[in-house]
Amino acid sequence: MSQQDILAGLAAIVNEVAGIPAESVAMDKSFVDDLDVDSLSMVEVVMACEDKFGVTIPDSEVKNLNTVGDAVNYILANK
Amino acid sequence: MTNLNTPQTNSHAGLIGLGIYRPSKVVPNSEIVDAIDSSDEWIRERSGIIERRFASADETAASMGAIAAKNALVDAKLSADQIDVVLVATFSHRYQTPSAAAEVAATIGANNASAFDISAACAGFCYGIGIADALVRAGSAKNVLVIGTEKLSDIIDMTDRGTAFIFADGAGAVVVSKTDKQGISPTVWGADGNAREAIIMQPDSVTAGKEGVPSLLTMQGQAVFRWAVGSMGDVCHQALEASGLTADELKAFVPHQANIRITDAIVKRFNFPQSVVIAKDIETAGNTSAASIPLALHALREAGQVKKGDPFLMVGFGAGLAFASQVALVP
Repeated sequence: MSQQDILAGLAAIVNEVAGIPAESVAMDKSFVDDLDVDSLSMVEVVMACEDKFGVTIPDSEVKNLNTVGDAVNYILANK
Repeated sequence: MTNLNTPQTNSHAGLIGLGIYRPSKVVPNSEIVDAIDSSDEWIRERSGIIERRFASADETAASMGAIAAKNALVDAKLSADQIDVVLVATFSHRYQTPSAAAEVAATIGANNASAFDISAACAGFCYGIGIADALVRAGSAKNVLVIGTEKLSDIIDMTDRGTAFIFADGAGAVVVSKTDKQGISPTVWGADGNAREAIIMQPDSVTAGKEGVPSLLTMQGQAVFRWAVGSMGDVCHQALEASGLTADELKAFVPHQANIRITDAIVKRFNFPQSVVIAKDIETAGNTSAASIPLALHALREAGQVKKGDPFLMVGFGAGLAFASQVALVP
């Protein structure tokens, strides 16, 4: 699965959870500051990523996932 | 080998009465926001809460529980001396001992009853239903009062952005009795003490007493959200399967009123049919822990959204991390 595939999958999840247009979900966007994903929605995004990509994202790691790129690269490295 | 007698068992147990108490003081978000540098909109988005009730200075978990219990007795058409056991689920009673249940029993005149508390936090009411069902069917009691009551305004830090706007006060009670048909399904329950720091009173009460600081409720909101959303859908599926009913036979889903976002996420994962009414008492009651399920059920019954005999699914979950779920018929 390529970086582009993961980005597309993550964008679909963010759209489903938080109603944000998938095309806004770009690598350099901050979940909180740019996409207005709040802390509880972020947990839902993480849980959906675990289901979709077969990765484990522990609570301790969630706080490091500031941007979409952080999440995509974590999934790429750990799936 | 000597053999001793056992009680004469009963075939079935169910809920036969419901009563509540909501404190009179309504606290809108506007009275909470300054101390946590927040806004009405922020609180509504993150919790669904518009307003909550706070008890007055002279009210306690036990005094509110006693009023709810009396109302449940009226609803059940029983007198207090017919009650065999008083169970109180709470974590905001003022005393480690004696129990809130003993105080409630004395206040309402349940002079023939045994009395004890259940420490299972937000799962406490469903734990109580499971225990009461077992006591009645085992023949250890004919009529059991199960009361969930909390005065959380005493133990929350009003400057904590993670908890100040969530928790509130109130009480609810049911009478569980011998019935002709089974009105309570098998209880699916459990706990995970490894995660007990996710919701915990800090510092512990002994340290608090020695150091002269309050012991207050703390919560790791994201961790609790993840646990509740990730696990409670499965727990509800197990409880529904154990009940022998299918989802389209349910009239209502009455989860612990933790946070509207948790309810919405569980509902989405469970995929309830459109016909099932979802309890959302949290919008005007806040999170009242052990009291939230009977309060929410009462609101649905008052609004005519459920009626006597309707099956509803309930699930309680919280500190400990304790959880319990069952289907019951509306009293």
